[in-house]
Amino acid sequence: MSRKLLLEHIDKPEIRGLEGYRANGGYRSVEKSLKTMTPDEVLEEVKKSGLRGRGGAGFPAGMKWSFLAKPEGVPRYLVVNADESEPGTFKDRYLMEKIPHLLIEGIISSCFAMGANTSYIYIRGEYFYIARILEQAIAEAHAAGWLGKNIQGSGFDLDVFVHVGAGAYICGEETALLESLEGKRGNPRIKPPFPAVKGLWGRPTVVNNVETICAVVPIVNDGGEEYAKIGIGRSTGTKLISAGGHVNKPGVYEIELGIPVEEFLMSDEYCGGVSGGRPLKACIPGGSSVPILPAELLFRTAKFETRLMTYESLSDGGFQTGSMLGSGGFYVFNDTACIVRSTWNHSRFYHHESCGQCSPCREGTGWMEKILYRLEHGLARTDDIDLLWDVQRRIEGNTICPFGDAAAWPVAAAIRHFRDEFEYHATHPTKVKDPKHFEKEPFPRVERSYAG
Amino acid sequence: MQDPTKPVTTTEGVTPFVLSEKALAECRMIMERYPAEFSKSALIPILHVVQTDNDGWLSVAALNAVAELLKIQYIEVYEVVTFYSMFHLHPVGKHVLDVCRTVPCMLRGSDDIVAHVEKRLGIKAGQTTADGQFTLRTVECLGSCGGAPMLQCGANYHEHLTIEKVDELIEKFRTVPERSNYTDQ
Repeated sequence: MSRKLLLEHIDKPEIRGLEGYRANGGYRSVEKSLKTMTPDEVLEEVKKSGLRGRGGAGFPAGMKWSFLAKPEGVPRYLVVNADESEPGTFKDRYLMEKIPHLLIEGIISSCFAMGANTSYIYIRGEYFYIARILEQAIAEAHAAGWLGKNIQGSGFDLDVFVHVGAGAYICGEETALLESLEGKRGNPRIKPPFPAVKGLWGRPTVVNNVETICAVVPIVNDGGEEYAKIGIGRSTGTKLISAGGHVNKPGVYEIELGIPVEEFLMSDEYCGGVSGGRPLKACIPGGSSVPILPAELLFRTAKFETRLMTYESLSDGGFQTGSMLGSGGFYVFNDTACIVRSTWNHSRFYHHESCGQCSPCREGTGWMEKILYRLEHGLARTDDIDLLWDVQRRIEGNTICPFGDAAAWPVAAAIRHFRDEFEYHATHPTKVKDPKHFEKEPFPRVERSYAG
Repeated sequence: MQDPTKPVTTTEGVTPFVLSEKALAECRMIMERYPAEFSKSALIPILHVVQTDNDGWLSVAALNAVAELLKIQYIEVYEVVTFYSMFHLHPVGKHVLDVCRTVPCMLRGSDDIVAHVEKRLGIKAGQTTADGQFTLRTVECLGSCGGAPMLQCGANYHEHLTIEKVDELIEKFRTVPERSNYTDQ
């Protein structure tokens, strides 16, 4: 049984309110940080913990905090990224809905370390009901002296506000999020300057994912070294994984980083195996933006090592034979799934969500969607696959934010690992015109050897 | 009705819009969350309040009222409402059904759910029923992949949908006279 640092009390119904949260040890980390530690000591613990950003990029949180500029007399901000929109990911919603005070507790110690007296939680508009839950929790915390002026007599002041977005995937990118928070379209900014220097309203800002900030609570409570004892190498601590697609038990699971992927998918403690008792075909382990892995590369790397749930192991082999841990949006395809159809669906998503600033992304995502539509509906020729490859490779690296890469990678990986299925679509137009083509008769996939 | 996605040079002929006292008070409360010189930050949260106050959609007159409230140019409001998918620029049904169609939901049968709702309501995604009760939309990932397939109506997520559950939901919504607002507590 994995240790639970964030979800330990999640099943207790009283945990949502302040009283129940306190009764289960809530706000201990605030008492410790504000009363017995200096801001730099808190930062030091976060650095020691090895905590990496849980939103998807995996950038070390302590390092991000240490970049924060501190000019005299200029306010600094912590902005919590609760815009969770990466397809396959639903962990932050779960955390905020079930234990809203955990996020507030994490915000207090984090803001203390940064010297920030105001924090905004930018939450996606569709989560409006969760914004209400958070607002209620903030009001409770205020009334009990955990927020506001002179928190618990420590002399530290902090206000936390919830800011709702209105439906735009791109606002999960930190600079687009800041634009949106300033009341504008979510167009990502050119970096540098980074938000740590010029962020919200041109002031120094740290943007962190909900789960990252929640993880600060156990780090302050038990110390960074204790946290770093969990996990393997540079993948320390626990991580929430959102399991979906063709699994028997979809849901949010907290794992110790380093467990085998096979255990996560097959054991009853987590996903409980592939749904329908059918053969595994593929898996996207870290949200829609990361490369898809065919079954033969999911449990073992190309070097025949056990594939683990860590940042390093999941990306072992680069994009040729690996993927990424990303946001932990883990979704599985059994043999009835059509890779062309899901790739088309992903491309439609990225086309819909492109902010339109950079031509390669604005135009390229539209082209990819069109070509994939043709393939999936039996209207394409075999050389359209090469055209698709050509379009995706011209997007990657040519845009000001990582959205372009995120749109191109899933297409590249699908063609790389499932080219035979794409060719089948081009050569069997009448078969694939039925939208459920592989549900009735799975594609006769030949396992590939990736050795050497 | 003028099309808000087209350039607007005059508000002449547009239905006047007056924000209710309650909504105005809420807007003022929202503005206090930001430094006075950056009150434009309140734009998106305020648009949600105004949309609810205006029967679930944003008319040109409502957008102009928001611009005046925040002391910003009209275009600064128009460019924002056309960017975000939750803002409706045309009247919508009392119950807006947003069915998720992205891959994790698709793998668990969202295509069948959409097809069923379309048949049941006699409309296509993006349309509103003639009686003004329902608007059906297909939307991208709502962060509910563990509850797939799912739809959102108002503030509520309806998860683990089946054809039977969808039928029950639609029948239930028919008996609800109030609009389903996602801003409701």
